[in-house]
Amino acid sequence: MLKKLLTMKNDSTQKTLIVALLLCLVCSIIVSASAVGLKPIQEKNKTADIKKNILDVAGLLNDYTDIDAEFENIEARIIDIDSGDYTNEVDVQVYNQRKAAKDPAMSQRLNADSDLAKIKRRANFATVYFVKEQQQTRLIILPVHGYGLWSTMYGFIALEPDANTIYSLKFYEHGETPGLGGEIDNPDWRELWQGKKIVDEDNNLKLEVVRGKADPGSTNLPYQIDGLAGATLTSKGVSNLMQYWLGQNGFGPFLNKLKKENS
Amino acid sequence: MASDAKKVVLDPLFDNNPIALQVLGICSALAVTSKLSTALIMCVALTAVTACSNASISMIRNHVPTNIRIIVQMTIIASLVIVVDQVLKAYAFQTSKELSVFVGLIITNCIVLGRAEAFAMKNPVGASFLDGIGNGLGYSIILIAVGTVRELFGSGTILGYVILPLESNGGWYVPNGMMLLPPSAFFIIGLLIWGLRTWKTAQMEKPEYQIHQVHRTEVM
Repeated sequence: MLKKLLTMKNDSTQKTLIVALLLCLVCSIIVSASAVGLKPIQEKNKTADIKKNILDVAGLLNDYTDIDAEFENIEARIIDIDSGDYTNEVDVQVYNQRKAAKDPAMSQRLNADSDLAKIKRRANFATVYFVKEQQQTRLIILPVHGYGLWSTMYGFIALEPDANTIYSLKFYEHGETPGLGGEIDNPDWRELWQGKKIVDEDNNLKLEVVRGKADPGSTNLPYQIDGLAGATLTSKGVSNLMQYWLGQNGFGPFLNKLKKENS
Repeated sequence: MASDAKKVVLDPLFDNNPIALQVLGICSALAVTSKLSTALIMCVALTAVTACSNASISMIRNHVPTNIRIIVQMTIIASLVIVVDQVLKAYAFQTSKELSVFVGLIITNCIVLGRAEAFAMKNPVGASFLDGIGNGLGYSIILIAVGTVRELFGSGTILGYVILPLESNGGWYVPNGMMLLPPSAFFIIGLLIWGLRTWKTAQMEKPEYQIHQVHRTEVM
């Protein structure tokens, strides 16, 4: 059989078909073997990566951090974004907000007026994280994303227990220009967010990234963050996505509930 | 044979460089060189794909029907690229995130298909494998050069180590923002080709077109 194949004329229809078939078979075996064989390691990388980013935004990450041990102090909960209530409709271990946003049954289309973050669809549920310290919530971590100049920027924002003061912000995935918009990763700029307030006394959302430097004399200073030089559109994107996710169409209802529980 | 093997590996470095002389694979040379670390991983990935695809195509070269040979080559290359992509996702997760689509785009890199068609279809397995390594190294040498220049002058670092402390971090160096944008790689590659052709004059091309000098009396 093999001998017959080897001696067959190369350009005959039969041999063309057999070669094509065998090749596809061999290649598909190699491809699926590598995909299936490496999947466990890849999944581990992915979950470790998410945990790492959460620890990073919580300020718990350094070179020696044992990620899994440190993560023991972090509690993940699923919330219904619209109502701001906790829900058990999806399993917190497997829920993937990014996948859900693409699933019509799990997400909703946003109309152009409210879609500040330019994300088009938003999942109904979101995973929020509570960093605990001796049973007390020390930080609330919310996932945010939105469009910058070139790419959708995915990040986490950490809030103090008052649900109105920003502790830190970290984008873990974006494709902004390195050195310009990519400076959203710059620790110095990220530090500017610490202590900024989201809403004023009358519950008006005032947090924004301004163009250039925030005016130190302005009464809005507690809500303003300096824009990135040379990255106006990325800064605007960050500002918009914050206003969307922290506003009433985003985590607003959830944050209001937390504030009520506190008072 | 030993000198042959050496020639096959070393020729593509300077004498027959896939980027500088054949001007292939420019796309990824622009895309992945804003940092040296991503450029290095890309080099390893491309070298592995070129060498393995060359070897496997050479292995079946006498049994490939001519009218589907490009498809056969592409299937092999595509499969190898997927394998490399999966391996990177498993063992170099951070870098694979930064490289994102560009690993997948090795499939369209002309160097891989070019070597398969030009060399592996006509030469034995060992030589084809070495040719793949050689061309991978030729690609790498340009990528590393471009990556070093772009990272050094664009972000003041090399492989993440600070060489030129940036002004924004309290140093003195004001980075050249253009170095971080893909077009800068065009200029650097252009300068490299210029340098290479000044050194190896055999690579200079004759101008295809020359303005004809007319003497005044001829016009009359």
